Amino acid sequence: MAEPASTPRSDGLDTSLLLWEEFVPGGGHWSGVMKRGTTLRLTDTKGGANVSALFFNQEEKLERYNMADTLKAQHTAYLTRGFVCYSDMGRVLCSITADTCGWHDTICGVMDAKQLLKKYGTHRFQEHRNSMYRSGRDGMLIELGKYGLGRRDLVANVNLFSKVIVDEKGDLRFQPGNSKAGDYVDLRFEMNTLVILSTAPHPLDPNPEYAPKRVRLTAWRSGTPDTDDYCRNFRPENQRGFYNTEVLFR
Amino acid sequence: MTQATLTESALDPAKAGYNYELPAGEPWLHLVKKGQTLRILDLKGNQAVDTLFYNAHDTAERYSANDTLRAQGNIYLTTGSQLLSNEGNVMLTIVADTCGRHDTLGGACASESNTVRYALEKRFMHSCRDNYLIALAESDTDMGKRDLVSNINFFMNVPVTPDGGLTFEDGISAPGKYVELRAEMDLYVLISNCPQLNNPCNAYNPTPAQLIIWDGE
Repeated sequence: MAEPASTPRSDGLDTSLLLWEEFVPGGGHWSGVMKRGTTLRLTDTKGGANVSALFFNQEEKLERYNMADTLKAQHTAYLTRGFVCYSDMGRVLCSITADTCGWHDTICGVMDAKQLLKKYGTHRFQEHRNSMYRSGRDGMLIELGKYGLGRRDLVANVNLFSKVIVDEKGDLRFQPGNSKAGDYVDLRFEMNTLVILSTAPHPLDPNPEYAPKRVRLTAWRSGTPDTDDYCRNFRPENQRGFYNTEVLFR
Repeated sequence: MTQATLTESALDPAKAGYNYELPAGEPWLHLVKKGQTLRILDLKGNQAVDTLFYNAHDTAERYSANDTLRAQGNIYLTTGSQLLSNEGNVMLTIVADTCGRHDTLGGACASESNTVRYALEKRFMHSCRDNYLIALAESDTDMGKRDLVSNINFFMNVPVTPDGGLTFEDGISAPGKYVELRAEMDLYVLISNCPQLNNPCNAYNPTPAQLIIWDGE
């Protein structure tokens, strides 16, 4: 919950604008609606976190984050400050307005229960209660299910805090240590957006131990972007993407 | 870029059970049975053939670019690539390829993404998503926009650099190049023979593709 307005925060966020704050444990899953003009900061509390994320237009969930449109519109294979997440309708769901770790994976998807079992072994609820192992796919399907969504809606996702490069041969190479304790990424929402998150391990994380990290979510009222906004002007394509988005709210 | 290994096929088009020339800019939805082999032939060179696959008995199981790339550890598709579903099952195997590599990150063009990528007034140009939507709307598959996910662009060249850049380059295909896929389950194959006129993925000149199907042994 928001702290009293008089309490200054160490991260400098204006407490009068703060909406809420909570933690998602490693391996957990979360969903919620972020309204246009609000920002969600995700903070890697321990270092080495992974947050798989999907975004849907809250009012028309057929409109959703589109990996290919996001990548080809911005001529990028990864995300950092300045880039935006496009929907399949040529609109901006959210913009990356701050980023202290520099690279977020867009290519590798989520691990399913079969791969989880093969990589980490059996670690089920009956013996381990809520420290059971959970896959990103199962976590996202559970959250999607709360809104009537399912397998058809689990499209290519973003993996925040994780870095996977593509070498000259086209091989995928996971880069450990991309995100340090305290690193954060800010997503400013340009549409009313259903956000689906899982904090299960990245599918290419080479760590043989199941060790997902806790993530802090902080939401505040940030307002809508000005004409000189960094993300809007990051690429000429983004100016058109913001136009498409703004006419929806006129 | 390393030189890709090209693999030719021994199959004879004269013995194929199905042989169709798909005009530029048109859709194609077809049932391909387990064990059948589908050849997609780039007749004039540098055509992008935007393709999706669905399990014919459970269409919520469909081609997954993420799972396919992650499992093979490489972003390009060529001979030996197993095309995986969102359930982690092998849907098809690429058994021959005379082009060398194919893209699965660039996705399909759409009216709306064209407005972002090129100009707002490009909205009314024909697009792959229009093809997909009309093909599904006229089918008895009960599929629609919700079923459109990241596709394969056969014959398209979309390199990614180690620093994370992604560009649409001139095609590496040429007239007569083909890719051949063996179906490992009963599939709906959904193709848009790309009508994009705004980028070099098809040399600004959409052309027909030949689709040939052989029965299994």
